[in-house]
This record gives sequence, structure tokens and C-alpha cells, in this order.
Amino acid sequence: MNRFTRKLLILGIISLLILPWFRIDGSFWSFHWLSFDFFQDEETAPLLLQFLSFERWWLLPVILPLCFAVAQLLFWHKNAKTTATVQIVSSLLGLAIIIVQSFLLGDFGVNYTFLESVFSEDSFQYGLGMGAVALLYAYLLSFSYGIALKGFMKGDVFAVTCLTIIIFLVLVFVFFPVFNILIRAFWDTDVGYSLSVFFNRFGSPNIWSVNCFSDTAVCGVAWSTAFLALMTALSTTLLGLAFALVVTRTNFRFKGTLRVFSVLPIITPPFVVGMALLLLLGNSGVVTQAINNTFDVDLGGWIYGFWGLWLAQTLSYTPIAFLVLIGVVEGVSPSMEEASQTLGANSWKTFTTVTLPLMRPGLANAFLLGFVESMADLGNALVLGGDYQVLSAQIFYSVAGASADEGKAASLAITLLIFTLSAFFIQKVWVGNKSYTTVTGKGDGGVYAKLPRAVSSLSYMGAIPWSVFTGIIYLMVLLGGFVTLWGVDNSLTLMHYIDAFRIEFINDRLVTTGVAWDSFLITIGLALIAMPLTSCIGLLTGYLLSRVDFPGKTYFEFSTMLSFAIPGIVIGVSYVVAFNQAPIDLTFTGLILILCFVFRNMSVSVRASMASLSQLDPGLDEASVTLGSRGFKTIRKIILPLIKPAITASMIYSFIRSITSISAVIFLVSADYNLASAHIIGLVEQNQFGISIAYSTVLIVVMAAALLVMKFLIGDRKIFLRSKKLQ
Amino acid sequence: MSTNSGVVFKNVSKLFDDFSAVDNISFEVKSGQLITLLGPSGCGKTTTLRMIAGLELPTSGQIFIGGEDVSNVYAAGRSVGMVFQSYALFPHMTVMQNICFGLSDKSKDKAETLDKAHVVMRTVGLKNLEHRYPSELSGGQQQRVAIARSIVTNPKVLLFDEPLSNLDAKLRRQVRGDIRDLQQELGVTAIYVTHDQEEALAISDEIIVMKDGNIDQKGSPKALYQYPESPFVANFIGEANKVTGQLAPSEKDSEALFSVNGKTIFSYAKLKQADLLNKSCDAFIRPNAIVILDEASAEDNSFTAKVLSAVYMGSYVEYMIEAEWGAQLFMIDYSFNEPCEVGSSIQVKIDHRGVSIL
Repeated sequence: MNRFTRKLLILGIISLLILPWFRIDGSFWSFHWLSFDFFQDEETAPLLLQFLSFERWWLLPVILPLCFAVAQLLFWHKNAKTTATVQIVSSLLGLAIIIVQSFLLGDFGVNYTFLESVFSEDSFQYGLGMGAVALLYAYLLSFSYGIALKGFMKGDVFAVTCLTIIIFLVLVFVFFPVFNILIRAFWDTDVGYSLSVFFNRFGSPNIWSVNCFSDTAVCGVAWSTAFLALMTALSTTLLGLAFALVVTRTNFRFKGTLRVFSVLPIITPPFVVGMALLLLLGNSGVVTQAINNTFDVDLGGWIYGFWGLWLAQTLSYTPIAFLVLIGVVEGVSPSMEEASQTLGANSWKTFTTVTLPLMRPGLANAFLLGFVESMADLGNALVLGGDYQVLSAQIFYSVAGASADEGKAASLAITLLIFTLSAFFIQKVWVGNKSYTTVTGKGDGGVYAKLPRAVSSLSYMGAIPWSVFTGIIYLMVLLGGFVTLWGVDNSLTLMHYIDAFRIEFINDRLVTTGVAWDSFLITIGLALIAMPLTSCIGLLTGYLLSRVDFPGKTYFEFSTMLSFAIPGIVIGVSYVVAFNQAPIDLTFTGLILILCFVFRNMSVSVRASMASLSQLDPGLDEASVTLGSRGFKTIRKIILPLIKPAITASMIYSFIRSITSISAVIFLVSADYNLASAHIIGLVEQNQFGISIAYSTVLIVVMAAALLVMKFLIGDRKIFLRSKKLQ
Repeated sequence: MSTNSGVVFKNVSKLFDDFSAVDNISFEVKSGQLITLLGPSGCGKTTTLRMIAGLELPTSGQIFIGGEDVSNVYAAGRSVGMVFQSYALFPHMTVMQNICFGLSDKSKDKAETLDKAHVVMRTVGLKNLEHRYPSELSGGQQQRVAIARSIVTNPKVLLFDEPLSNLDAKLRRQVRGDIRDLQQELGVTAIYVTHDQEEALAISDEIIVMKDGNIDQKGSPKALYQYPESPFVANFIGEANKVTGQLAPSEKDSEALFSVNGKTIFSYAKLKQADLLNKSCDAFIRPNAIVILDEASAEDNSFTAKVLSAVYMGSYVEYMIEAEWGAQLFMIDYSFNEPCEVGSSIQVKIDHRGVSIL
């Protein structure tokens, strides 16, 4: 028996004898369940006692494969090949039994009517707990060890284990909930599962009606969403291109300022732009009132609806298009343009026949990104939507509204998924393969061609007013927190900040009595917990994808990237639906928020680590391996130190994304675990603008500080320079 | 070094998807030998080396190192040292840390680890550089660190993957000599991959010439040069002009006469297979086996040729000539004579020692 199997055995025994098999109310980590007689309590008893004292006989098969594998290792140990086979078979069996039995019975008895004869009437079980997790983990480890012994992935136990665990996690926390919400669309309390239920819902005129073309009726929500998304994609792409051209191809003096512009959306919670627009153009907005007073008109609430949404989304997502396009514009090699010029083309011809076509895939990319972002946007839709219907808000209302209708939410979610997944597929399959970017890494000297006058003046005309507008918007955000009641009582005050973040001495103790503190601290805390987890899973996935060969790798890559294409609101709804009952019951916990953060942000971290790993000479890890160190030591000693900057960056980004996310978490927050973004949306709905803007400003400052910390940490390291010089 | 550290390949194949990178090869490297895998890019030589290192496992067949079957053992479990083409020095570690990486990092072994590191640093001639980072070293120094790092673990086999390709021409000559000396000094079995035939000839006990995943020929440098067994080897190791002609028996038993279009151009003494006689066959003539004669002294079997081009290279002159039967021949003249003029007619003969007939 080697070290690995011994560890496995101990883990198995712990999970059977000590850890509570079912979930604990409240936190496992508080260990409040650890009383003297916890194993006699039905809720906290470990598996063996569940079986012995509480007659949950169906739990017995769960441990049989483990016993079998252990017995085989102890007594009939013959050769490595058969050991491996036994381990693979028994652990797969163990996994299957745990999963199947956990679905047979739920919190309220059997889940399937045909089981009523098998199980006694009062039998039920809670959601899986730490004991079950430990046993699943043991089986996964044993399975990985088995297939590694058989030579899978060059027998690298570490890599195989990472792969199986990541696949398992992605299946459980991405595919299972999404699948769950999708089948909800086919389910009705009266009919059960049926195709016609789905078609009735999915084909509803509310979604797909095209009446707005023929008469004055409203079009289906799918079309209005798609129209808004197309318009947003178009405007963000054009503006992003204008910015990119101004920054890279002109002598514009304030390029640095424009670059700062690209950072803003990263640290801005998604509804803040909408709120600031209201301060400016809403009913009691500065501009609205000025115009109303001057011209004696009533502009009304035109900002609520399509125009407001379009403006807010264009403001929010132009910088993203800019980030994409600046890489593309810089990627067009100057020598191409020089070649065109030496062949006698003037600057207009060069731009239209060489530069622009070379940027076409990048433009398509930016367009698709804007499309998906607009589709998935919930924050602005809630703040500014008005009567204009978009899918994300409809999903929100069909779950949060008075008549909670999960079936309707599910079919709307499918509609939304169809749009975003198509965009994702188009991006992957069609655009992804057509990159013309000509950066080769070899010094490719030359000077960018001059832009044609028409193009450069158009770019200036787009970029400069727009950045001034953005500046005003952020000024509004800053000011909004200091004004007593915007548009009514414009006196300056610190009231909102004090209300939100008051700290008082009560009985000689510092007590946080501001309304924002609870959600603020919970948000920061959960984001901090999720941060290293996201980075870790992202880094390991990136390592597997770029350094290890295994069958089905493209599918694996695809599925890890998929979570990126699933809109947050869909993830949020599906988590609520999937994880509110046995076998996985996570409602009202902080864990569900952490999991949501991790699997929402994982793909960003995967991309970051893949990008920096691709710059590392694979010879480095091979050298490490030939010097006798296996997978884990290689990662720890070679790869980790060398891609530290990328890890720092992805950690900070996942921290920031956790704080700014709203659509995914809005259904997952609970009284004990409320998040800043959800809290602010709540404040907005109560029309408490001052305090919500004050709170948002604090969040923006916190995230800006996080970004500065990152700059400081990365800027301090010279390792990358060294490795570059070496190659 | 251990007594038996030979490497044996038995019917080894390696498939990547459908592409056969190495196709059923078998060979043996004796303990303490330096053997070179030589071939053009894509011939499977690097894959073969990586299979010895354990970075790839064979699809079929067996690999033995020191008599032990390691076919299913991965790199970390084999006792091999490898010098990478890019050196693959860990850029975040000092020279000392790089060299100690493969040694025990337990604190109780620290003194021993440092001792070993100092010994190899002396062996490869690195002094006072322990605390430098790789980026602060010259190419040659980096090379030495890479070698030191790979020999400090006392491997059974030392592998070199085109180790000289990042050095300039002058340094290359020196370092290849150093590698050979070091290998002799340590007595370690070494396998060396290169596509440079000159390097292979200079350094090896034996050369394995590979082509399209197969072994074309294996032998000592001299044997390969003098007795190539295939047109590929004849062309790849030192260039050769291919001339098609006929072999006829001569009066002397040990010789045969090679003629083109009925004109004998040389007599051949190395003939092994008598069945080539009176048949059409290919002669591979080394460029330096074609000798320019004084116009006055036309010898037996000499022929006239026209100079098509002449390139002056300093220590020699490269000619492209057209023989009287129309074939174009490439020749190199190492004499101190004035270069012949382009277009002029010259008298040449062929030194049969520089010819192989297949």
C-alpha cells in the first residue's frame, strides 16, 4: 500500500465515520455541529450512523466500492494493472451510486412515484454535506490514480487529478444547473414534462411576435432585445474603433486620458451608468430641468426605455470594444501599409483596401462582444428599462415578481441562451479562425500610415465628445453622493455617506451602524474568498489546456469557456432552481455566492493563464521533468513563479468582477449574505438615489485601489523581463 | 557512472494521431558511447530523443536504458539528463539554483547538494557565476549551465537536443569539442541530435542517419562518409554528384571501370557486389573528388568540362562544370591555383576514393 492509497483510505474513513453526511444548517466551518453527541443527531450524523441509527439503508451501497477497493489493495494485491482496473471500476461505481441515490430521495420523500413501494413512507434525506463531498473527492482521486496508472496523460497523477476534478466541478456547477433550468421549460405542475408545454411557452407571442411591423402592437421581447443588442453592438464598435484609431494613429495630445477611459467600465458596477444618466437626463435630471425651465416644455421620461438603455449600454460597453480594437489596430503591421503606399496607393485607398479589411475579424469580434454584453445586461435594464422589454429583465421579473413562474423564466432563458450561444459559436468558429493580426513577435519596423483626413476627423468627432460625455457622467456619479435630493434640494451634504458607512461608539465599542456595512463587508469577504479559488482553478485549467495532451481537449476547452457565454441572469436563475433542494441545497448560504463567482469568472482566469503560459518556453517544464520533478513540483517551482504577474492580474480581475456582478447574484443573495450590488439595486428601487450613488462611489474607489495595488505588485517584478531577454 | 548505461530500441514506433513520426526503429547505443541522431527536420530524430528522455512514450516497441525496460516510465522516473535547444534555464533562478534543481532539496542534504554543484561547475568551467541569473550570462555560459544542470544528477544517459544551434559559428566549433571532451571524461552514454552533418562527423562515435521516421544507415563517421548505403546518406553527409553510368570489369580483378556513354571516367576499387557489373548504376562523386588537371598532362580516364560558374570562397573555389557528356557537376578545388575563368574549358579527372557506387 503506497502513500497515496493510505491517504485515500484515511479520507474515506473520515468521511464515513466523522464528517456529517448531510448538509448542516449554517456554516460547516463554524463547527457548531461539533457537540458531544453530534453523531446521534439525525442532521449531523456521519454516514455510518445514518445507516445504523436512522435506517437510511439506501446509503449503504455508497461505501461498498470503497470497501472493495481497500480490501483488494490490502489482501489481493497482485500487479499494478489489475489494481488500476479495480480502482477505476470501484470508484466509478462509487461515484455513480452516490449520485443516483442522492437523486432518488429528496427533502420530502421519494422523487419518483415508482419508488414509493421500495422506500418507507417517512424516508427522506437532506442535501449532501461535507461527508458526501469528502467521499466524492476520495472516489475522484482514486479514479484519477487508476487511470494515471494505466498511462493516461503520461501517467501524471497530478494532472489527471486536476482534470477529473475540474471536469466534475464544471459538470456540477455549470452544466447541471443550466440543464436543470432548461428542462424546467418543459415542465408544468398539471401536465408534467411535455414538449407541448415547452412549445406553448417558447412560441408565445410575448417572445416572438412580429406585429410591430404590421400594426401598432408591440413586438416580442426576443426581437426588442435583439434590436437593442444590435444597436448597442453597432454603436460600441464604431465608437471603439474611433477611440482606437485616435489613440494609435494620430498625434492626439490626450491619449493617456483616453486610455484611462478603457479602465472605467472594469471598475464600474453595471447599473451605475444608468443611475448617472438619470441624474443628468431623468425627470429631475440637471439637463432635463434646465431645458424644461428655459423652453417651458416638459420633456418627460423619454430616458426610460429604448433610448436610455441604448445610451447607457453604449456608455458602458464602448470601452470594451475599445480594448478589443486597440489590439487589432496595433496588430495591423505597418509594413503592410508601407507596401501599399510604395505600390502607389494614397492614404484613403490604403485605409479602405488594406487597413480596414485586415481589421475586419477584430471588428466582428468587438461587434459580437457588444451584442452579448447588451443581451446579458440586467443592471441598466432594471434602472432604465421602463416599458421597453428586454429578456434579462423579463427573466428577472418572472422569478422575482408576484407570480413567480419558473417555467416562463426557463423559456425566456432558453431564448436568451440561443442568442448568446449563437454569437459565441459564430465568434469561435467563424471569426476565431480568421484572425489577420500580423504580430509575429519579430521586430517589424515601420511607421503607421497616416489616416485619411475624413477618417481621422470622423474619429475625433466620435471620440472627443463621447469622452467628454463620459467624463460628465462620472462627475455626476461623484457629485450625486453629495447632493441632498437631486433636482429638488441641491444642497451639498455628507449625509448619504454617513448613512451608508456610519460607525458609532456604543457602550465604548465601535459599532458599524451604516446601512451599507453588512453587504459591503460580506461582498468584500466573499470576493476575497472566491479570488484565490478562481485563480487556482483557472490556472490549473490553463495549464492543462496549454501543456498537457489528452483526448477530448477541445471539448474541455470549449466547456470551460462556455460559462462566459451564458448570461449572468441565466446562471443566477439556474443556481436558484438547481441548488435549493436535495441533493445540493445551498440556498441562503455564502457558499452559493462564492461558487457563482468562481464559475462565472473562471473563464477569464483560464484565458489569462493560457495567454501567459503560451509565452513560456515548454522546454522549461520539460527540463524540470527530466530533472526528476513531477507535475506538482513543476507547477509550484517553475510555472507559478514565472506567471505570477498573470496570476496577480487575474486575481484582481476576479475580485473586481465579483463585486460588480449583479445579474448572476441577484437571486442568490439572502438576508445573511447580501451583496453590495444587490443592495444598491434595492436602494434604487426605493428611489434612494443619494445613498445608492454614494455606496457605488465607494465601491468604485475600492476597486480602483485594487487595480492600483495590482499595478504596483506587477510593476515590481522583473522576472518577465528576464525571461524575455533569455529567449 | 554506472557500468551499464547503454540504450536499446526494439521495434519502436511513435504515432501522433495518424502521423507516424518514428516507424519501427531498432538500434543499440553502447555504454559510454556518444551517438548522433542526424537527419533533416521532420525525420523523427527529436521524437526519438524525447522518447529516450521519457517526454514521449512509444506507441509500440520497447526501450531499454541500462538493461532496464523503461518503455512505460515517464521522464521524471528515468535517470536521464537533457540539454535543450533553448537551454530551458529557469529564468527566475540563479545559476546555483538552476544546477541544484534536480538534487535533493531536503535541508539535511544541503551541504552535499552544494558540493555536487560546485564539482560540476568546475567540470564545465563555470567560475564565480553562482549568483547570476541566466539573463546575465552569455550564450556560451548559459550552455555550460544547462550542461552542468543535466549532469549533476549523475544520469545514466545524457541527451543533447541541437545544443549548438543558438551559438555563433566560432563558438560552435569550440563548444562541440568541449562537449566531446566532457563526455569522454565522464564516460557517460550520450545521445546527440543535430541536423548539421559537420557537427555530427566531428563529435560522434557513431551516427544514426534518419529519414522519414526510419533509420537510413548507422555507422561510424568514416564509414558513413566513405561507404554510404543510400543516395540519401551520400547526399546528406558531404555532398555528392549523382552520375548514372555502367560498370564494366577491368583487367585487374579488384577493380571495375565506370563509364558514361561508353567513355570510362574512373576505375573503381571498392566494389563489394559483383552483381552490379554490366548494369546501369549510380555513382555518387564527392565534389572534392573531381580534380583539375594541368592542360598538358591529360591522363587516362580524364575528360574535358566547361566551367559554368566559379565562386571564390577564400580557402577553396566552388565550380559548377558541365562534363563533356552533358551532366552538370559540382566540384570544390582546394588548391592554390588561380580560379578558372567562367566559360573556359578544363581537363578534369575523378579520384575514385571519393566515389561510392550504389
